[in-house]
Amino acid sequence: MNYFIKYPKLSQFVILLILFSLLCILINPSENNFLWRFPSLIAGLPHLINDSVSYLMYDFMPIDVYDPEIEEYEERPLIKEFTRTLSGVILFCIVFIREILIGGVKTIVFFTGWDFIREHKWLYWPALPWTVVAIGTIILGYSLRGKGLALLAGCATMYIAIFGQWEPAMETLSFVLIAAPVSFALGLFFGVLGYKNKTVETLLNPLLNVAQTMPHFSYLVPAMVFFGVGDHAGALATIIFATPPMVRLTMLGLKNVPSEVVDAGKMSGCSEFQLLYKVLIPTARRDILIGVNQVIMQCLAMAVIASFIGAKGLGFNLLLALNQLRIGQALELGVCIVLIAVVLDKLSLAWADKQTDYFADKSFIERNKYKLVFLAVLLFGFLLAYLGTFIFKEGFNYFYIIPHNKGITTENFWQAGVDWIWDTFFFTLKAFNEFLIIKILMPMKHAYLSMPVVATFLLVMGVGYIIGGVKSSLIVGGFILFIALTEWWDRALITAYMTTFGVLVSAIIGIIVGSLCAQYKISSKFILLVCDTFQTFPSFIYLIPVIMLFGVTDTSVLIAVIVYATIPATRYTVEGLRGVPQSLQDAGSMSGVNRLQRYIRIELPLAFPHIMLGINQTVVFALFMVIIGAMIGTDDLGQYILKALSDKKGIGNGLTLGLCVAFIGLAVDHLIRTWSIKRKSALGIL
Amino acid sequence: MSLITKSKSSEQAVIKCESLYKIFGDNPELMLKKSLDSVNAKEFQDAGYVVGVNNASFEVYKGDMLVVMGLSGSGKSTLLRCISRLTEATSGKIFIDGEDLLSMNNKQLIELRRNKMGMVFQSFALLPHKTVLENIAFPLQVKGSSTEDSIKKSMEMVELVGLSGRENYFPRQLSGGQQQRVGIARSLAVEPDIWFLDEPFSALDPLIRKEMQDEFLRLQSILNKTILFVTHDFDEALKLADRIAIMKDGIIEQLDTPANIVLNPATEYVRKFTEDVPREKVLKIESVMDPLKKSEKLSNLKVPYDALIEDVAEDVLSQSKPVGVLDGNQKVIGVVYSSKVISVLFGKRTSNENKNM
Ligand SMILES: Nc1ncnc2c1ncn2[C@@H]1O[C@H](COP(=O)(O)OP(=O)(O)OP(=O)(O)O)[C@@H](O)[C@H]1O
Ligand SMILES: [Mg+2]
Repeated sequence: MNYFIKYPKLSQFVILLILFSLLCILINPSENNFLWRFPSLIAGLPHLINDSVSYLMYDFMPIDVYDPEIEEYEERPLIKEFTRTLSGVILFCIVFIREILIGGVKTIVFFTGWDFIREHKWLYWPALPWTVVAIGTIILGYSLRGKGLALLAGCATMYIAIFGQWEPAMETLSFVLIAAPVSFALGLFFGVLGYKNKTVETLLNPLLNVAQTMPHFSYLVPAMVFFGVGDHAGALATIIFATPPMVRLTMLGLKNVPSEVVDAGKMSGCSEFQLLYKVLIPTARRDILIGVNQVIMQCLAMAVIASFIGAKGLGFNLLLALNQLRIGQALELGVCIVLIAVVLDKLSLAWADKQTDYFADKSFIERNKYKLVFLAVLLFGFLLAYLGTFIFKEGFNYFYIIPHNKGITTENFWQAGVDWIWDTFFFTLKAFNEFLIIKILMPMKHAYLSMPVVATFLLVMGVGYIIGGVKSSLIVGGFILFIALTEWWDRALITAYMTTFGVLVSAIIGIIVGSLCAQYKISSKFILLVCDTFQTFPSFIYLIPVIMLFGVTDTSVLIAVIVYATIPATRYTVEGLRGVPQSLQDAGSMSGVNRLQRYIRIELPLAFPHIMLGINQTVVFALFMVIIGAMIGTDDLGQYILKALSDKKGIGNGLTLGLCVAFIGLAVDHLIRTWSIKRKSALGIL
Repeated sequence: MSLITKSKSSEQAVIKCESLYKIFGDNPELMLKKSLDSVNAKEFQDAGYVVGVNNASFEVYKGDMLVVMGLSGSGKSTLLRCISRLTEATSGKIFIDGEDLLSMNNKQLIELRRNKMGMVFQSFALLPHKTVLENIAFPLQVKGSSTEDSIKKSMEMVELVGLSGRENYFPRQLSGGQQQRVGIARSLAVEPDIWFLDEPFSALDPLIRKEMQDEFLRLQSILNKTILFVTHDFDEALKLADRIAIMKDGIIEQLDTPANIVLNPATEYVRKFTEDVPREKVLKIESVMDPLKKSEKLSNLKVPYDALIEDVAEDVLSQSKPVGVLDGNQKVIGVVYSSKVISVLFGKRTSNENKNM
């Protein structure tokens, strides 16, 4: 009893659990009992969204537009005209970059017309030979960081070329090269706006929160409705998806500029504009460039998923391969994507860390040596390509471009490997699979689904109250009320169950692995590096190996979720434990505790708030992965979002479902963050 | 001293403040109006407001150095920031060369800063992405000077502050003292009339600080700017100041010459503040001079009337005969007896002595 008085929160929690169980037992599961399931009062919301969108697209503010085809003015709705123009511009940019990389005629067509091309057959925009792009990347890597990065870039480009994925890889790259700068510009713009104007900031913050917890798929549906299907729609979805982190980091960076530096700028007589461009942005350079890195990574992750709405490139091929269950090919493509991700990540980080050199005393050659080398490579590359025409008399000129799927392939090897695994471990895997599904997953799913809605509310809001008082309770209550009033409460429960399972396992693995690795400096460094690398992989990629091993089942999704979501749990555990002040550790050692006691009594409690922030990330990661798992067949919210993609009027459903997922994430986020902040300030380590 | 002050009051003040107030809070204007010109820091604090500057009125003349002194949070920086208009004053008037600062629009303000003001900051506030030379050239470039001109001018500044050979270094490659030299050079690049310095040497260690103070005095003897200098170090104030303003809770408790502040503290607070200051550090020979008697035999040593007692005490005491005092034209105008010097150095402070000033 004393225990409860000493820890009032604990007693509150016990009472909450008792009440929760009582409600679960007492409430009668029937469709008409609103204590069991709330009526779906906002089931009309998707329709409302659909109607307003179609009004906007087809009836809102018609304007007269001159149509050169029929040589007449035509009445067209404003928004549609706008999105059409935008699509056109984006598409042109993508095609332009793409043709620089792999050649083509579309850019020329754009200025002249197809007829012109047909008349002048020789007209063709030549590609940059792949050797030039590859060596160019190596030079870039070398100039930014040195030999290591150059080597990495070299290996990556070689791999892509040799395995015959050059063309789709360049298609993906062209996509990223357009989406990333636009996201960057938009993010910078809104970030600056938010920094300058308090009102804008308060408006932006909740928007950013939602945007960063919405699953990838939810961006696809609106993009499709407004912009149609194709590369441009994918690019636009990507841009919207990748901008929020840039906005965040820009605001953060600008806020961190020391106020005296701003004052110094003002006293030097800067105008507003000069202050921004000559003082604020350069001083916040590092944070802003970290934002660029985020943008690039998000773009790449999205570039894969955007293949659902017709974006070409590696993602599209990967999707095809997965659909045909050609695991070997999927694996090769996956490695390509991962390599591109890692190289782009390292390049942009190196750029962020690079301090600008002052060139005052250097000669022209020294200043421009990398550019000059590249120029030489360019000439050399074309020369080589020209020579290639003599060497490879028939078939393909491998010195110029390596056509798709005409490289080496290891598909058969992998396929054989998979077959072997299946043959050898079939019964083990099957047994494990069945055990997991029958003994753990089904009961858990059943338990979640047999929770009356009021009991869920009591539990969630009660935890909110215990952690953060009435305010927190109302906030999380609001989030799940939205979900409860849609018609997808059961689906949301399934999503929640899968996420919970994933998070639990991830957290346990993450904390154990993290704790072990944190014991030594070298192993900490190593595991952080591993986490960094794995985190750059687009989430989609994780599905490939698990499908390989477990086929298309819930188990596969869950294992992918666990692998993916363990990353932040591990990382934050290591960071948290390494961050415990040395003085406290010494104090512990002095008072004669042994290693394990020190870990349990001192390090873990002090590191725990930080670890919880990791768990917070784990939840978001797990949610994203569960939703993406819908691709290989689960029956949660993700499945419905995916369906919305193929539905003409999917936008309402797509958005509402996306919000549901975001709100689950935000509710958990709110609880954990509040707890962590309180705990940190109680421990005096904030 | 009195002579100098008198001659100045006829010319126009470079900086002039009239009942300046700065109050932080949600609606400071209203709060100020309600208080009917008698602002009490304590009452304001209870109402959720912070008083930064409280009814400050003073003038600074050309070539004068006013040092603003006070404990942390007394409003020194706020006063400085009001006069440079980095923060908007809540009420009151500020005139720069007779022009109303607070009624200037943005453009006029930028013009003013580009041509007349320079500022040095406690944490140096250099731009991390620019080299020493570029940092110094920054105000010139912002102003629109040609690159050639601004580089030439900046090189002069680099030499002036003794950083030759390091002009292509980045701030992060310099020591604190060197960084502050860059800060000083930058603030001087546009040849401003008014020079603001907010605790420029506080972040430096004592040895470097002393070196920088001497450097600063050297620069001022060449440049003769009108200076507003903020510090919380009384020794520094004594060393540099023509006049000192002592602030407490936003109020200027006393604004006077160092000697007067030490000898005639206006308030209890100032008295406490100056209690432990050795008087030989502020008193000049003038103040212990006796009239010349015809018959007296003087020592061969002569001291100028405006020398600090601290600086000449040892020499005066080593003489057996009284020492003559010279005025600016090297004419003997009085004598100093060792006994008087001894009483300043070791004697108790008496009211009688105070009257001597
Ligand atoms: N932007 C602000 N908002 C609210 N209060 C402020 C602001 N700036 C300063 N103050 C308050 O005004 C008072 C005076 O601050 P100021 O910075 O002028 O002190 P200071 O004398 O320069 O101190 P220090 O020696 O520490 O630099 C302090 O109580 C401070 O808290
Ligand atoms: Mg200050």
